[in-house]
Amino acid sequence: MKQVTIDPITRLEGHGKIEIFLKDDGEVENVYFQVPELRGFEKFCEGRPVEELAQIVTKICGVCPGCHHMASGKAADAVYGVEPTSTAKKIRELFYMAHFVHSHIAHFYALAAPDFVVGPTAPAAERNVLGVINKVGVDIGTEVIKQRRIAQEIQALLGGHQTHVVLNIPGGVRKGLTEEERKDVEEKAKGFVEFSKFSLKIFDDVVLNNKEYVDIILNGPYALTLHSMGLVDDNNKVNFYDGKVRVVDTNGEELYKYAPNEYTEFVEERVEPWSYLKFPFLKKKGWKGFVDGQDSGVYHATPLSRLNASDGMATPLAQAEYERMYDTLGGKPVHATLAMHWARLIELLYSAERALELATDPEITGTDLRAPLDKTPSEGVGIVEAQRGTLTHHYVTDDKGIVQKANLIVGTTNNNAAICMSLKKAAQGLIKKGVEVTDGILNMVEMAFRAYDPCFSCATHHRPGEMPLILNIRDKDGNLIDTVSRK
Amino acid sequence: MEKQANKPKIKLAVYWGAACGGCCVSVLDVHEALFDVVAAADLVFWPIALDTKYKDVEAMADGEIDVTLFNGAVRNSENEHIAKLLRQKTKILVAYGSCAHMGGIPGLANFWNKESIFTRVYEESESTGNPDKIHPQPEVKVPEGKIEIPEFYNDVRALNQVVDVDYYLPGCPPQTERLVEVFMAIVTGAELPPKGSVVGALEKTQCDECERKKSDNKLIKHFYRPTEVQDDGETCFLEQGIICMGPATRGGCGTRCIKGNAPCRGCYGPPADAPDPGAKMMSAIATMIDANDPEEVEKIVDTIDDPAGTFYRFSLPGSIIRRKLI
Repeated sequence: MKQVTIDPITRLEGHGKIEIFLKDDGEVENVYFQVPELRGFEKFCEGRPVEELAQIVTKICGVCPGCHHMASGKAADAVYGVEPTSTAKKIRELFYMAHFVHSHIAHFYALAAPDFVVGPTAPAAERNVLGVINKVGVDIGTEVIKQRRIAQEIQALLGGHQTHVVLNIPGGVRKGLTEEERKDVEEKAKGFVEFSKFSLKIFDDVVLNNKEYVDIILNGPYALTLHSMGLVDDNNKVNFYDGKVRVVDTNGEELYKYAPNEYTEFVEERVEPWSYLKFPFLKKKGWKGFVDGQDSGVYHATPLSRLNASDGMATPLAQAEYERMYDTLGGKPVHATLAMHWARLIELLYSAERALELATDPEITGTDLRAPLDKTPSEGVGIVEAQRGTLTHHYVTDDKGIVQKANLIVGTTNNNAAICMSLKKAAQGLIKKGVEVTDGILNMVEMAFRAYDPCFSCATHHRPGEMPLILNIRDKDGNLIDTVSRK
Repeated sequence: MEKQANKPKIKLAVYWGAACGGCCVSVLDVHEALFDVVAAADLVFWPIALDTKYKDVEAMADGEIDVTLFNGAVRNSENEHIAKLLRQKTKILVAYGSCAHMGGIPGLANFWNKESIFTRVYEESESTGNPDKIHPQPEVKVPEGKIEIPEFYNDVRALNQVVDVDYYLPGCPPQTERLVEVFMAIVTGAELPPKGSVVGALEKTQCDECERKKSDNKLIKHFYRPTEVQDDGETCFLEQGIICMGPATRGGCGTRCIKGNAPCRGCYGPPADAPDPGAKMMSAIATMIDANDPEEVEKIVDTIDDPAGTFYRFSLPGSIIRRKLI
């Protein structure tokens, strides 16, 4: 049996590795997606004052620190049994919408678009964000950079530290918004709405009007039949900051809807000896192995799953796009992995519209920023939607609020099993007996996990066409037979 | 600084060990200055952005890379291997960011050990079901063959506990402007400070940079957590009784957390005159305690929750303590 190693791929809280085993006839036998790193936040958060965690856990990921900050802030509220003031909640959500705008722009233009705008098997040297700019024009490229920078400016304004935000404190926020700042944010949010509409139009022109791409999305070796998870509000509309977690099955029927503090009844994590990252699955379904389908416990938590798990979007323009996506792709739920890119743009539009709503909310400049803490701290769970999946933080403290136990289920972790399966399916569909393993084939395999926007490819501006992939083909004793690498 | 004409481009590498990616983002955030960087340097190795493999680095001559910015702590065997490889291939090795400098946030794991971390994560965690108590292993036999992952070490180490380091550029992450200053000094051939220096930060403390109102009379009867009092948004945190690592931390970040109304937690490391942040903070606090009776002093000190985890928030592996003995 031949063994193919892709190492290093980059960034899933550090590093990632793919092992592909080929049968003697050249067909794919199995694929292992390995996460070779652990830092152990669950343990070393113990002993820390619970309000410090919002600043410590941002260091889980310097690319999506705002998500950990929000989940941690909400878990600490729950530990103290406190409801943040209305103004504080709105400031948090406004910050969070800017975090989504920034991340989703980066993912679509820098990471996903090269595969579609430039082409999935285009030369590697062109298949990057610069190649996208070459195709769509420098003006658009400049606008992308500008909108992303503006989203970062809003985060820095509200969050203090430009990367590792310091906004949250149990019961509220540390800093408010002045009327002058609010006006500025309102103008910026209007810009986001226009830019999001424009991005959806690019997706229309470049992807949906290209039969070949639509065919790849719908019929390529990428679809998995999985259950879908996402946070929803009281009306079952998508919400990133607050609500209940809803899970729908492979047919779109509601399986569960749970409050954050009930998560251990619904999600269980499995340990495999070959990866430092655990494999969550739906506890009531049970672990049936790396298989998809109605009986499997494997689910996904992605932009597409969030749309699948909801009854729609809470803002009008995003709702119209939501309806259009499901009409075009044949109804809910959609299982085509690559439709995640479309879903991500609909979420971008929602984030922009929601940011504008919040920026024009009279309460946003309120000065009641912190609710008093009058209960004895004990235990709490905070759940938000991270860009890359449902994010759960769970803390247990002593009566002084010193953390005794911490448990985390991080966005990308939800998708660990699904990513393994998507990679296997893509590899099986693309690496065949007698087919030369080219750079283009490699990239088509990569597209399977890029759709998940896993944290190793997240908003780091890194360019997929230049990813440091090595594919070593080894015999079963580990001897190197051949190496394929990016040009 | 004058640019030297016809100076050959320097070869630059950036690598992450046990890190969050924030340091790499800080390098990317040079924005327009990226053009200056690219004009002056060839990036020869940067896994986040470039297609260079470990074996390409192995093939380089010793000392072929002029400058390596190594971010992240040394947590596992892969981090250590690459740190040693890059040391061999690099003329100027810079410990970039808090984790490489003194261990950073991942260094808090030195309050525990490998066994207790694995037990928590893989057995006891509230959502984990693992009746067979399986832990990840460096080498695993699967039905199709053998697959490997790096070995998780018992201790987190700062970069200089693994290899010889030339300079330290602190911060979580370093302010990008500081990086650009240091970088331009190197490429223009400016005279560099002595080996082992901290660069890209001030000699003085955060307090020297801080814009909050200070009086000369800092006397404290009780320390408070940020949750226990309402910060007024303008007075020195310590004068309000809120622990702030300012006196034990180098300036250079622009007091960014303090501007967000959060007290400093020391990511820039200790100032030039004090090698250990915890010792420095203890002496700063000792001068503030408003009591002479030893019992009362002890009572006031006891109002500080988690002093070790706060004073060594970013620096446990690189401190005089290094780890908690378990």
